[in-house]
Amino acid sequence: MSLLDMDERLLDLASLIDLVYSPIMDVKEFPEGVDITLVEGAVANEDNARMLRLVRERTDVLVAFGDCAVAGNVTALRNPIANPLPVLQRSYGPDPSRMPGLHTPDAEVPPLVTKVENLRALVRVDYYLPGCPPSADLIFFVLSELVAGRTLNLQSRATLG
Amino acid sequence: MSVTTLTINGRLVSAAEGASILDVAREHDIHIPTLCHLDGLSEHGACRLCLVEVAGSSKLQAACMTKAVEGMVVTTDSERLRTYRRQIVELLLAERNHVCSVCVANRACELQDLAVSMGLHHVRYEPQAPQLAMDASHPRWIIDHNRCVLCTRCVRVCDEIEGAHTWDVMGRGRQTLVISDMNEPWGDSASCTSCGKCVRVCPTGALFEKGAVATNKDPHFVTYLRMAREQKLWNR
Amino acid sequence: MIVDDIAAVRDREHAARAAQKARIAVCSAAGCLSTGGSAVKDALTAAVAEQGAGTDVRVLGTGCLGLCHAGPLVRVDAQDAAPAMFEHVTPALAVAIVSGVVGGALPAEQRCDLTQPFFTRQHRIVTSDAGVVDAERIEDYLAANGYAALEKVLTEMRPEEVVREISASGLRGRGGAGYPTGLKWSTVAKAQGPGKFVVCNADEGDPGAFMDRSVLEGDPHRVLEGMAIAAFAVGAEQGYIYVRGEYPLAITRLKTAIRQAERMQLLGHRILDTQFNFRIDIRIGAGAFVCGEETALISSIEGKRGTPRPRPPFPAEAGLWGRPTLINNVETYANIAPIILAGGSRFATLGTEHSKGTKVFALAGRIVNTGLVEVPMGIPLREIIYDIGGGIPDGRTFKAAQTGGPSGGCIPAAHLDLPVDYEALAGIGSIMGSGGLIVMDETSCMVDVARYFMEFCRDESCGKCIPCRAGTVQMHEILLKMTRGTADERDLGLLEQLAELVTRTSLCGLGQTAANPVMSTLHHFREEYMAHIRDKVCPAGVCPMHAEDRP
Repeated sequence: MSLLDMDERLLDLASLIDLVYSPIMDVKEFPEGVDITLVEGAVANEDNARMLRLVRERTDVLVAFGDCAVAGNVTALRNPIANPLPVLQRSYGPDPSRMPGLHTPDAEVPPLVTKVENLRALVRVDYYLPGCPPSADLIFFVLSELVAGRTLNLQSRATLG
Repeated sequence: MSVTTLTINGRLVSAAEGASILDVAREHDIHIPTLCHLDGLSEHGACRLCLVEVAGSSKLQAACMTKAVEGMVVTTDSERLRTYRRQIVELLLAERNHVCSVCVANRACELQDLAVSMGLHHVRYEPQAPQLAMDASHPRWIIDHNRCVLCTRCVRVCDEIEGAHTWDVMGRGRQTLVISDMNEPWGDSASCTSCGKCVRVCPTGALFEKGAVATNKDPHFVTYLRMAREQKLWNR
Repeated sequence: MIVDDIAAVRDREHAARAAQKARIAVCSAAGCLSTGGSAVKDALTAAVAEQGAGTDVRVLGTGCLGLCHAGPLVRVDAQDAAPAMFEHVTPALAVAIVSGVVGGALPAEQRCDLTQPFFTRQHRIVTSDAGVVDAERIEDYLAANGYAALEKVLTEMRPEEVVREISASGLRGRGGAGYPTGLKWSTVAKAQGPGKFVVCNADEGDPGAFMDRSVLEGDPHRVLEGMAIAAFAVGAEQGYIYVRGEYPLAITRLKTAIRQAERMQLLGHRILDTQFNFRIDIRIGAGAFVCGEETALISSIEGKRGTPRPRPPFPAEAGLWGRPTLINNVETYANIAPIILAGGSRFATLGTEHSKGTKVFALAGRIVNTGLVEVPMGIPLREIIYDIGGGIPDGRTFKAAQTGGPSGGCIPAAHLDLPVDYEALAGIGSIMGSGGLIVMDETSCMVDVARYFMEFCRDESCGKCIPCRAGTVQMHEILLKMTRGTADERDLGLLEQLAELVTRTSLCGLGQTAANPVMSTLHHFREEYMAHIRDKVCPAGVCPMHAEDRP
């Protein structure tokens, strides 16, 4: 949603960017030869891990987008428990029939990993764009710089939370 | 009172006798980051953020605990010191469960401020995610060990200013924990006077008020209390 | 008791000894006791009584006889015969030994060759009373010229002369850091004000180290005498021995020794009828490694949490309860009486230019002769390991020697000819340390060794300063990843940065040296790290090399 806060600046960017993959696009397979990918969220299940590795393989510049991708953040709040099951049961109740796949994960419902990881734990990350959510100004700055092919120094723009 | 002259970051500065490097630096608007230090409390020397280089010494010195000495040449800011300070803050962020976005102290946290001022946009160390308890047994306040940085400001203010010594430290290494009385629930503490000083000096969201967001803790009341006590303002 | 009475005790002991046919010494240090030493001593005593040899043969329990792996050890010193030693002694053999002593022909089996280099290459100063003095009899210590140094100091010397003698000896702190002892003494002596303290640091905590324990168990009076001389030299009237609770035998023997010395007026008020008063109390540690650090030790004696504080001020200026305090290690105090008796300059003839005297080492690990040895400073490492230590067992080859415990480093085969002294060891990234020497062969993985020591430091960090408390956690985390084959080169970079941080910014010696095992193994065995990181292989076959709980 923070992306949308860029308001009319989105239009400027849109003219420079060719959007090839997004959760809101009907593309099944992550394409090859991508210049920039913004990855949001942490690695919470096995499919996230598979996807992240694929993205890394097919992307030139990978940006960890937001505190969850950077540091685990809210997604990683369950880590001290070291077992995702109690968290699921707290949400869905102890009765497995209430949620198929809860106790026996399948292809539809990928198994949760015991420890939620930030992106850096699994792959090389080129840039960290922190914030919960990152500010629209920061997103615009990063995207316009990257699109222009410049390297970034984000130290002076660090935020947490 | 005799005066000492020394050099900090190439500037010649003067100091009252017995002043620490940190005192002198602050007096001359030279910024040195700190965390465990709090004006009005005894020095702890443990966060190591205020380490400075002193010419002629191979070891870095904690500015809070090193006295300014005549002719001393001090460097408070260098590439090396900046690297060390960043690493220390990174270590703290990875040590317990510091999740700013869901913290009551978000935007009012000294640890967060330190990280931001150092340009820390990600932590390279493995998050330890320890399973730590919260103690909400006190009617007004909560201690959440997940956010504690073990600066012991609460321990010191309780002992040195309030005189109750409700808080202390237990265990060692990564198991170190701030405890009330003999590791009893805070709400059951016989020594706690419910003065709330500990909550106000806590640099993070580890100690906070129930149902409130820690917008401004303002720990500087400690210097006023100490001054008032020393000058016997209340002994009329 | 006055000086004449002490002399009378000595005369009586010498006369008794001259009348004895033989003395049978049983090693009564913890090592031999753990393999049945006390049953052997009981059997010897019973056999002597049974064979009616009570006046001719004396059985005594002495300090560590050195060859710990062959215990229980028994040494026989008979009149007109060369000394003999028996290894792995059983109560049955003990009876045979007594019969042999009485009959004039000792058993031939389980004899320990006293002409082997293990015994002949050693130079015993600190451990010279082992086999001679019964650890629980002050009369034995007196007969071996014990407390003669204290007597000399109190009757013939001024405090500043004592300090000068210690300075002239070149003695350096045996606790590990090697600070010149004379300099420390003179700082405390010059410090103003009453109520100074003398403290003995007996909180020996390095894994694999048992030098101080052996001295305390075998020759407690020597430590008390050293402390009393120090107290006279610096002007203290109260001493503390801070000994770890894991050494119950040492504590018992120290208590016995203090009681005996007080009874003979060698401790307490008006010692040897002079104006000098000195009292020693024992303080028992509760099992924290960091309490071996002097400021943490002070805090612990004061009854507070055992955490260090930044220095300066040094304890010599402001120590226990803010008073000038002299803190030395057990082995340092054990060297004092011999220095006073022989003279500082004579002591200084032994050793190297900057490291004088001898050093006691606890040999452990993959070495034939596990045990306690005392060697002159400057002896090549090769001689300690191959000649005295008997080399590496099972036909394996030497890989590294670890000195200095969790604060030290690993020395590779290329440096085997290194003379063992403070400077040489520091020069290759290790330290002398308190004297633990662990030998490793090719079945040891250096990454795993580094991980082990980091785990130790992580668990023993007091938790006060952030770099040590949290930095050791992260370094251990990375080393663990390496042993599981899940680390990459980024992790190696992080590890090296953390090592520098923890070394440079930690508050006390524990943290400042915690990265030494990592840095020295990285320096000498980098290719082994790379095999773990790049090839996911542990060359020694020690590490599991498989990931756990990874997505």
